[in-house]
Amino acid sequence: MIRIKCPYCGERDHSEFTYGGDASIKYPSLDAPASEWTKAIFFRENIRGMQKETWHHTNGCRLWLEVERSTITHEIKSVKACHPQIEKITKNKS
Amino acid sequence: MTSLRKENYGKINREKVLGFNWDNKEYFGYEGDSLASALLANDVRIVGRSFKYHRPRGVMSCGVEESGALVTVGSGSRRDPNVRATTQELYSGLNASGQNAFPNVNFDFGGVNNYLSRFFAAGFYYKTFMGLPPFEWGKGTGIWMVFEKIIRKAAGMGKASREPDPDSYEHANDFCDVLVIGSGPAGIAAAQEIANNKLDVILIEQDSLLGGNSLSQKDFDPYLLNTQLKSSGIRVMPRTTVFGIYDNTVVGALERVTDHMPTPHSNLPRQRFWTIRAKHIIVASGALERHIAFNNNDLPGAMTVNASKHYLNRYGVLTGNNIVISTNNDSVYQTAKELHEAGSKVTILDSRENVNHDLSKDIDLHLNTLPFSINGRKKIDGIDVCKTTDLSNKNTIICDQVLMSGGWSPIVNLVSHRGIKPTWNQENLCFIPGEIKENISVVGSAKGIWDEKNCIESGFVGANEAMNTFGMHKKEISFPSVGGWSNPIEPLFEVKSNKFPSKSFVDFQHDVTAEDVRLAHREGFISVEHLKRYTTLGMANDQGKMGNIIGLSLMAEQLDKTIPQVGTTVFRPPYTPVPIGALTGRNVGKHFRPLRVTPMHQWNIDHGAKMIEVGLYQRPWYYPKKNETLSDSYIRETTIVRKTVGICDVTSLGKIAIQGPDATELVNRIYTNPFAKLPIGKARYGIMLRDDGIVMDDGTSWRLGENEYFMTTSTAAAAKVMSWLEELLQTRWTDLKVNVTSVSEQWAGAAIAGPKSRDVLNECVFDPSEITNDNLPFMGVLQTKLKDGTPCRVVRISFSGELAYEMYIESDYAHGMMDLLWESAQKYDGCLYGLEALGALRVEKGHVTAAELDGRVTIDDAGLGKMASTKKSYIGSAMRKRGVLSADDRDMLVGFFPINEKETFNAGTIVCEKNNIKGQGVGRITSVTHSPELGHWIGIGFVKGGLEKWKDITLIGADPVRNKQMEIKVVSPHMIDPEGKRMYA
Repeated sequence: MIRIKCPYCGERDHSEFTYGGDASIKYPSLDAPASEWTKAIFFRENIRGMQKETWHHTNGCRLWLEVERSTITHEIKSVKACHPQIEKITKNKS
Repeated sequence: MTSLRKENYGKINREKVLGFNWDNKEYFGYEGDSLASALLANDVRIVGRSFKYHRPRGVMSCGVEESGALVTVGSGSRRDPNVRATTQELYSGLNASGQNAFPNVNFDFGGVNNYLSRFFAAGFYYKTFMGLPPFEWGKGTGIWMVFEKIIRKAAGMGKASREPDPDSYEHANDFCDVLVIGSGPAGIAAAQEIANNKLDVILIEQDSLLGGNSLSQKDFDPYLLNTQLKSSGIRVMPRTTVFGIYDNTVVGALERVTDHMPTPHSNLPRQRFWTIRAKHIIVASGALERHIAFNNNDLPGAMTVNASKHYLNRYGVLTGNNIVISTNNDSVYQTAKELHEAGSKVTILDSRENVNHDLSKDIDLHLNTLPFSINGRKKIDGIDVCKTTDLSNKNTIICDQVLMSGGWSPIVNLVSHRGIKPTWNQENLCFIPGEIKENISVVGSAKGIWDEKNCIESGFVGANEAMNTFGMHKKEISFPSVGGWSNPIEPLFEVKSNKFPSKSFVDFQHDVTAEDVRLAHREGFISVEHLKRYTTLGMANDQGKMGNIIGLSLMAEQLDKTIPQVGTTVFRPPYTPVPIGALTGRNVGKHFRPLRVTPMHQWNIDHGAKMIEVGLYQRPWYYPKKNETLSDSYIRETTIVRKTVGICDVTSLGKIAIQGPDATELVNRIYTNPFAKLPIGKARYGIMLRDDGIVMDDGTSWRLGENEYFMTTSTAAAAKVMSWLEELLQTRWTDLKVNVTSVSEQWAGAAIAGPKSRDVLNECVFDPSEITNDNLPFMGVLQTKLKDGTPCRVVRISFSGELAYEMYIESDYAHGMMDLLWESAQKYDGCLYGLEALGALRVEKGHVTAAELDGRVTIDDAGLGKMASTKKSYIGSAMRKRGVLSADDRDMLVGFFPINEKETFNAGTIVCEKNNIKGQGVGRITSVTHSPELGHWIGIGFVKGGLEKWKDITLIGADPVRNKQMEIKVVSPHMIDPEGKRMYA
């Protein structure tokens, strides 16, 4: 079972979380052309190794987290809150 | 009781005699017996019939690897098939029977299969797929349809009960610093060393007694050990099997709580399914002794050597009087001595040329000797043996038991679950665990260390590794080397028989013979994974614990390769079978999934509601009067709403509080229609798209203040929309100062719909002058009080197309609100209406719900294109017109009428052109109802190109599932009051 160290709640089972998606995507602005949005939405890397991904602590503090996880071993290298200000606060906490 | 029991041997309690029943006969055993030991003590030798050939089988081991003594325990709803008699503890009144046999295991008609075995070789079943030669050769499976039934009946194991499981199961969770799996000498040493260093240790043992293989030693006292461990603070979990190791040193374990008790205790679960999160795991799972493949090596009385020692010293049962031991290694010599001391005549056949030993002269030792074939039919009469140099020259030794030891296989299954490939150790002829990068240490014979002293030493080294995980001192010690026999083991996997078909079994449980492995090779199934599937080697419920290595060695021989070159199949959880009931735990019946009820649930039931499940929610379906059917009831309710007034519980809608200076900016970005200028005190219906331009959800948002909105979502998408808003705010728009809070549970809601709804509301609120057409126009929002002073929110909004309102109140006050509304509605001959009427009303108006917004529909498809702003950008605006989404022939929302007004149709009906009724047609009907106002059935759904294209053309509604067809026409989805005069009244 993957265990994720939520920066707010502590280490929890992955069943408390919902997988989000690729955390490295920079979403275009809302008025960007369809071509940019197409690239952001449909063209995704299928990484073998460490990848940045988002997880939602759905059954916990409801934070969206950026998790660096190995797609081969499930090893988790880092976890931080996606929101930069929340990240600052929770970083001090843990 | 019988002479097979030896005085002064065993760890059983002779004070306590237990009666049990085997195949309808009464027997006796002692407390501490396993079912297998009790059967052996009673000289019951045939306890099973084999899978394919129905050959008689006896007890072949003393543990979880058992392949012969698979029995059915219990009866009725508690009938449990394929129980290993070797691990089933005896209890008073235990009722067990043999399986896969008729009429019983002693005399089985199925035994005829044994004589037809040449037809049932590996792959027989698959070959029937190819059809009956020569008639069906290569083209059909007619013959398979016939064989399938027969094979399934003849080949098999026990039958599971068809009744619901009366027992309860639990899910349990725990944490610890170090988890030790196995209580043999290595595991015990590790656990004690770690506990002495003040770490929290859980020790798991699958047996009822601690000790592992020490239990086969005469002077070992498991009870004393248990006391010692507990006093050092170790949490001991006996009767618990770690069936899998998962990521992050988490293990799954099954605890058998009452399987050893006569009558299941009403307050105890039968089993507990444990999830234990450790920081370090020590695997001390031991090793299993292998048998040797030679002709008739499966006759009742054939057993592993160590099992025999176990039965003698743990259960006080001497398994034979005249025993032949066949081996290629040193592990059997101690056993031979002990069996001899206990009173058996013992003969050893060792395949090796030179062996240093200290055997007494009373034990016959034949070096350079192989077992060739066991003689006998239902019991062993003797064994033909030969020299390694000359297989054709055979001698017969009279005996009543043959014990086998072809070497030992460390139990690498658990570490294999972590993707760690075992490596072949040629010196000791076994796989040992490969390099592990996680916090897992393997100790003892699971690592291939045979000598007990070295096993204990390895336990200390494992403990040292574990403590290093916690940053504690690390001593400079390393693992003792693998192995430990003074005379090296020599390969002995199979003694080739000259008989055909051979009865040299590799995998007893699935009747896989050495010849089957060679057949697989001849037919091209040479990869181990193909070999496994073609012959079913290692696929029975022992998962190849004993036979796998032999199978691999035979394939290696055929391929002229070494075992490591051939490789091994991957072990996956579970290590031993886990009942489905334990996986399910308490999530059965009503607890299968959570139940959500609205705050007025009881009120609805008290007022006659029939309920229906919508997602997890219980919602009122209809409120029947006297003998009304569902259909009578919803038609009456629909009619009354359109005529006077109706009240409906709408609490299940998602509700989100949106607060903060950027609240307006947020709602304006997520909805397609403009929200930037929504005045305070007004609500707006809005559509949300996904990033890719498809509709996500619809709902309303009410502006309660400068920086505050109250959003409602559909029932189905409530959780999804909440997570979506959080994602946007936390990952994309982190500069927006706005907070979202789910308040779905905090507010109870009711719809008040119908021409008299304003009158009803007026009677319920504190100040009736507020509820006028001017003060509360269509889409107006009011925060006010009920007559009794309870604060509430009212919005003028309509899903039914009538003059209508929704009223929300803090959940705790839901009953009071409903009492007030209902008292007033009755004065106007109003009604309570449920989901069915709600659906009918909205279908008449062509309003969409999740049935229509199914994740494939664009805002234009749903006929709501004019709600998509062209003046602003919002989520999905860039993508909603992309490529295929702007094609002319997309499925567009329309209404459907039957041509013959007496005809009905169902949701799911496929819309086809008249002369082309096939496939997916040109559209689909998604929601249907009887319309009281129109007097016939109506539906909404989608058709390619929409109303324009199909107006005045008769189409066919095809319903192949219900074998129905009717003529239909396409109409506007807005079937009643298309201008909306009623809503604005």
